Amino acid sequence: MPGWAPIAEISSDVRAGKLKAVDLIKQAFKNIEDNKEFDAIISTLEERALQRAERVDKKPFGRLAGVPFIAKDNFLVFGGKTTAASNILRPFEAPYQATAINRLEAEGAICVAKANLDAFAHGSSTENSDWFTTKNPHDKTRVPGGSSGGSAVSVILDMAPFALGTDTGGSIRLPASFVGAVGVKPSYGLVSRSGVVAMASSTDVIGPLSKTVIDSALVLDVMSGRDELDSTTIERDKRPYDELKIDLKGLKIGVVKEYLEQGLDVGVKQVIEQAVAKLKAAGAEIDELSLPSLPLALAVYYIVCPAEVSSNLSRYDGQRFGFSAKDTNNLEQSYELSREQGFGTEAKRRIMIGTYVLSSGYYDAYYKKAQTVRTKIISEFGQAFTNYDFLIGPTSPVTAFKIGAKTADPLQMYLTDIMTVAANMSGNPAISVPAGISNGLPVGLQFIAPMGGDRQMLAVAKAFEELR
Amino acid sequence: MSKLSRQDVLKLAALSKLRLTDGEVERLRSEMSEILNYVEILDKVDTAGLEPTYQVSGLTNVTRQDKEKSYGYDVEDLLKNAPAIQDGQFKVKRVL
Repeated sequence: MPGWAPIAEISSDVRAGKLKAVDLIKQAFKNIEDNKEFDAIISTLEERALQRAERVDKKPFGRLAGVPFIAKDNFLVFGGKTTAASNILRPFEAPYQATAINRLEAEGAICVAKANLDAFAHGSSTENSDWFTTKNPHDKTRVPGGSSGGSAVSVILDMAPFALGTDTGGSIRLPASFVGAVGVKPSYGLVSRSGVVAMASSTDVIGPLSKTVIDSALVLDVMSGRDELDSTTIERDKRPYDELKIDLKGLKIGVVKEYLEQGLDVGVKQVIEQAVAKLKAAGAEIDELSLPSLPLALAVYYIVCPAEVSSNLSRYDGQRFGFSAKDTNNLEQSYELSREQGFGTEAKRRIMIGTYVLSSGYYDAYYKKAQTVRTKIISEFGQAFTNYDFLIGPTSPVTAFKIGAKTADPLQMYLTDIMTVAANMSGNPAISVPAGISNGLPVGLQFIAPMGGDRQMLAVAKAFEELR
Repeated sequence: MSKLSRQDVLKLAALSKLRLTDGEVERLRSEMSEILNYVEILDKVDTAGLEPTYQVSGLTNVTRQDKEKSYGYDVEDLLKNAPAIQDGQFKVKRVL
């Protein structure tokens, strides 16, 4: 089938009665069925989706009227299970819904399926999923990136016009880059995380993935803003996030020197250089700058993230929800066996590292030190944005790697996020936009913007998209 | 370089309420040592005079009125995922 029309056009046709929501979700389910071999989807929500579509058709409403979408399976959604691709949440049925989902539904959007991820979003390839590994549509022997790999693949294969992901260290941008989608990590706090399975609370954000910037911008506009159920949410910009006008002429863009060094694949480098040349030709003023602390962000992340993970995963105790071990004699044993049998290898690894860096005697040397280096990273970004409107670089130093290539070495897998984590530690918005192809595989260009500069970031990404 | 002992790993597992198999203990000992070795690059970073940053929202003390508010949830619905309940409460194994 030809791809989906722009979201604004689909919803306008639904509101005008020219398109039926029921037909749109049927198309989505057909595309999901036709692409089963890629293992992007954990579960579908036929019954609830159909009910909602019939309601929309009866009296069409909203800026996303009848638009099907797919949520990463760490979003609490009615009508099915929410597993976070983990064994321990295998039986879990959400008793309430994520605020992001409620806001999309209030504008007429319809969630049709839940996408695969690394269990609890711990990973960069979907290989840590307790279900299955999602395959890259460009080469089925390669990973789609992660952790929002199922979401990224679902939009590339037209299962829906957009999907939701979460980004704690790069989990939206990396898979977007690996499959050739647009992936948006908004400013920290812009979108409520109420009803999303928590990973590392000081860096977790929610964002859209789609084929074009304008579709993601519209979805972000619907989801953004304060929510009393998430007290970390910030005030949104009064102007719509999908009003994307910007003149490339005279824009000051900095290429982060540190991102062009260590381990950058030659093919990726070429694509990024071509992208820079195009932006220059369009009038942007581009030069290189050095942010010497940026390469430290990964080490900071692999202290702070496990610390917060160990705390957030302590709620999975087998007593209130989720998997509970059978035949245990007392409460202590029930905790230990439920967690031992319910958590996968990566979750255990992170819980253990987190417990270590937070334990007395090590707290100052690891956790506090990491949070202090974090201050240094934030101040380097702050300094850079007094001279530049945007920073750019590759989203990832390599293109999609082979399934299994990094599973034996957790540290190598962690290093995949080397170019995305800094924006999570600082909270700045960042986006990955398709920039070109290297040896048959997509390469993403990352724009990082000043805190709160989400709309301008989307605008420059759209301007770049039009140069391709 | 950090080198974790088998005892260290067992102590952390107990603190984390994880009952690891022997194989897991050995694997985690070596993997965690490697990861901790990597993050030790931070030791050399000069952070004199800098304060730690624990969160980046720029918000402090977000409060609301201390008033009961109903979100319309059913107690029964909120308990439906529990492995065992009794009289509208979670039921757990004996503690001792």
